[in-house]
Amino acid sequence: MEYVVRLAQVHESFRIPELKALASLANIDLEILTYSPDSPFCVIRLSSDEAARKLVSRSILTDSIYELWGSGTDYEALHADIHHRTQHRWPEYKTCSFKFKVLGYQHTLSQRAQVKVIESFDYLPFEGPIKMKNPEYDFGVLEHYVIRTKIPTIIYFGRFIADGGRNIYLPYDLKKRQYISTTSMDSELTFITANIAMAAPGKLLYDPFVGTGSLPIACSHFGAMTMGSDIDGRTVRGTKEKNITTNFDQYGLRPCLLDNFTSDLTNTPLRLTRFLDGIVCDPPYGVREGLRTLGKKDGTGLEVVYIDGVAAHLRPNYIHPKKSYSFDAMLEDVLDFAVLTLVDGGRLCMWMPTANEQGNEVDIPKHPSLQLEDVSTQAFNKWSRCLLTYSRLPDSEVVEVKTRTRPEILPGANADTLNSFRKRYFQGFRTPESTNGTRTP
Amino acid sequence: MKILTLNFLTCARKACKPQATSFPLHPADSTLEIQESDLNIIFLQNILPRLDWPALISITTELGLPGLQAEPPEAEDLVVKEGGAKAEGEGMEVTEKSEESEKEASQLGKDLHRLLIETTIQEGKLMCACCGHEYAIKEGIANFLLPSHLV
Repeated sequence: MEYVVRLAQVHESFRIPELKALASLANIDLEILTYSPDSPFCVIRLSSDEAARKLVSRSILTDSIYELWGSGTDYEALHADIHHRTQHRWPEYKTCSFKFKVLGYQHTLSQRAQVKVIESFDYLPFEGPIKMKNPEYDFGVLEHYVIRTKIPTIIYFGRFIADGGRNIYLPYDLKKRQYISTTSMDSELTFITANIAMAAPGKLLYDPFVGTGSLPIACSHFGAMTMGSDIDGRTVRGTKEKNITTNFDQYGLRPCLLDNFTSDLTNTPLRLTRFLDGIVCDPPYGVREGLRTLGKKDGTGLEVVYIDGVAAHLRPNYIHPKKSYSFDAMLEDVLDFAVLTLVDGGRLCMWMPTANEQGNEVDIPKHPSLQLEDVSTQAFNKWSRCLLTYSRLPDSEVVEVKTRTRPEILPGANADTLNSFRKRYFQGFRTPESTNGTRTP
Repeated sequence: MKILTLNFLTCARKACKPQATSFPLHPADSTLEIQESDLNIIFLQNILPRLDWPALISITTELGLPGLQAEPPEAEDLVVKEGGAKAEGEGMEVTEKSEESEKEASQLGKDLHRLLIETTIQEGKLMCACCGHEYAIKEGIANFLLPSHLV
């Protein structure tokens, strides 16, 4: 059966990855028939209304789903298509209560014009009562207008099946969260990430750059057990009144919080065994927060330092030396870690910043044991961030064996030489020519 | 830090990781606390095959917690078996109902929940038997950062 999904017209490149992930999670066969980033309407094929309900119930980017009765580029074509597709089913609806509504995208018809549209469906032999509240069947006329025009370019007609999950993330608004930091991710995107990571009851997900816990909270909302770590011990601990645990308490998600601890992903204390169902992370980009690993910048510190006869690192409040780290090397560490710890089919959802430069293909980190499922982009003015989604292939399906050479990080390397994104960011993403152009008197 | 998490942790030093003695880390001076939590039997069933059972036994012994069976249980051992003594007398209706509702945890399921999820180390140390380094646990949060001479 064909269905038309009314999507939210935001975060466009995340919409299909989210639907695909939810279909896979619920074991639903999903076939995308028509989709365009410019349109909120997407036509799909599913086996049943039940599958449609399951598919969209937790979809953050779905407004609603309708069983498709017809579509057309004008009303004449629409009515012809409705006759063609559904005429044999009309008697089923003869005595039921029903209602019609007209929903336009980029233009809303006046009340009077809507009535006129609804009256054009008078050939449907519906004799039951019209009920505006809780009718047995709810039909929608979905119009798509090109902006600032008054004639729809495509119209869909369908029977309403279910609402999506647009409201799920609203109670998680960062403004009302007790413990956040400058880089906490907004709740809508964390919930989309949790869906694409296929967070669900019974699973264990891990965030190696947990910060204030935004991503694990979204995953735990969907029932997954979550665990997080961060190299910044102050963030992991928070204060007595405000910390990651109190955030979980705020939403009643404490039973889904396994543990948080302080650690460096490059020197991870986690056992390298296949025990994680998913990894979600938004690594530090090196702009608002530094990008660090353990060790000293100048390569010293190889011997134990004693203060008053006690080894310094065993004294209370010892601060572990950290040095700048290369962003590319860190992304590769994440991938290597994911390969070693994810179960077969387990997902890695990782955010990565890129500069918006024409002709510059985004350099996406790759690993032969990880299949790249989706790349979704959130664009800002001069830069973007992408959500990269990988799934762990079973070892039997891995073809090429990887040998990788990594440039050695020399002692004394500073944040700019290690992290080209950071460098470009602070240069304002100017090209060499434009810099010359504006600076020449 | 929960006892379950301890089953996934080893020494953070790259040099220690390949050595068998680096896992499990050995708790010392531990202050234990029970933090009651909702029973999540689906999670326990999923995580059970990923546990290192001998390491779990050695940790419970070191912490003086109730002993565990020598062999790891199967996922179905964590729930009350269907068609058991409970279903007697009510016949068909009960079996239909049990398919709909959540599976009921067995005593073993409840015991494992208490041990893995509810028992936490609030204060103490975790020691690597390979290099002797100790990681501190404060207010339930462990710190696995290393001084630069151990990186």
